[in-house]
Amino acid sequence: MTGVDASWPLYEVFVRGKRGLNHVHVGSLRAADPRMALENARDLYTRRNEGVSIWVVRSADISASAPDEKDPFFAPSGDKVYRHPTFYDIPADVPHI
Amino acid sequence: MPSPDPGDDLAEARLQAHFDDTIARDRRIEPRDWMPEGYRRTLVRQIAQHAHSEIIGMQPEGDWITKAPSLRRKAILLAKVQDEAGHGLYLYSAAETLGADRADLTRQLADGRQKYSSIFNYPSETFADVGVIGWFVDGAAICNQVPLCRTSYGPYARAMVRVCKEESFHQRQGYELLLTMMRGTDAQRAMVQDAVDRWWWPSLMMFGPPDDDSPNSARSMAWKIKRHSNDELRQRFVDMTVPQADRLGVRLPDPELRWNAERGHHDFGTPDFAELTRVIQGDGPCNAERVRRRRAAHEEGAWVREAARAHAAKSAARRDGHAHHGATEGAAA
Repeated sequence: MTGVDASWPLYEVFVRGKRGLNHVHVGSLRAADPRMALENARDLYTRRNEGVSIWVVRSADISASAPDEKDPFFAPSGDKVYRHPTFYDIPADVPHI
Repeated sequence: MPSPDPGDDLAEARLQAHFDDTIARDRRIEPRDWMPEGYRRTLVRQIAQHAHSEIIGMQPEGDWITKAPSLRRKAILLAKVQDEAGHGLYLYSAAETLGADRADLTRQLADGRQKYSSIFNYPSETFADVGVIGWFVDGAAICNQVPLCRTSYGPYARAMVRVCKEESFHQRQGYELLLTMMRGTDAQRAMVQDAVDRWWWPSLMMFGPPDDDSPNSARSMAWKIKRHSNDELRQRFVDMTVPQADRLGVRLPDPELRWNAERGHHDFGTPDFAELTRVIQGDGPCNAERVRRRRAAHEEGAWVREAARAHAAKSAARRDGHAHHGATEGAAA
């Protein structure tokens, strides 16, 4: 058996479940080209009307942050409590705020 | 890679502690997280084995697609077998997030170096087998897979959520098929009973060896890859199936099967685990045929994969040509 499949790149698949929602990552697949990736994604991830739109992107083209939640990458947002509405004390008798 | 630097050991201990803490809090491990090598290896083996089972599982039922008695049954069976292919692909996709290579996994299956569920090494002799496979085999798979929706590795858990949603159709179509046959002739009812007799014990074996003979279970449970023991899941399957058998009007072939009010569960006989070992080791009724057919399908598809690759290369070259041409025009304007 030859490893022909190995030369088919990996694609990540994103599906929009219905109008008004974002595309969401659902998994990956192997395909020879983007057209085939879209058709395979339709057959694999939307057999039961799970989608109205599909994006495929070569996995190799995705840049990702490190997954560790404690990563200093996300530290800048950790100490800015004043970005949240609950930081501000408003008297209880002020309406509509 | 041995390292003389004690700082590395310290870093590794910190990573291990973070991993342990994530598991303890019932959070998911995600693809690029640090994980112990044993955890990664165990997952790749389990997910690959699971994927292979879905792919090989297409065969016993696929055999009946052209022989299904009506267009309705044919369409249902076709959709079901297509789902099994899909389940295999969700799982290969999950295995790839752990650094496994899909082509390599396919090769290992074809070379007999990786296993798949023992159940698919039994033949599907009559059309009633299609119904019983849906009812028992997919029913047992549901018992195994529902807890896996909460397994500690994120991509595996998410694949299982998709699989479980679809598996319910599989079980129900099988049971409905059997209900229909039971409303038919004596010969049809006998056919259903015969299929039940042949598939019951192999279905109970799907849950694996008994707990006291399942060496890797404790570690998988500590890592929360596995959530329930083999015997717990087997019991759950028996309790779930007995009333369904009564309603269908078939007899489960176990003289020891009876309700135990004290335990609140059914007592049942012990499957022949020596048979399970034999079948796993390659000596089941259909092992050689299943692997031979998988290998043939892959080899016979080689020209399709090569053609698709050539087509992709050609269209990419044509696109690049146009882009280049366009850029030249742009520059001139």
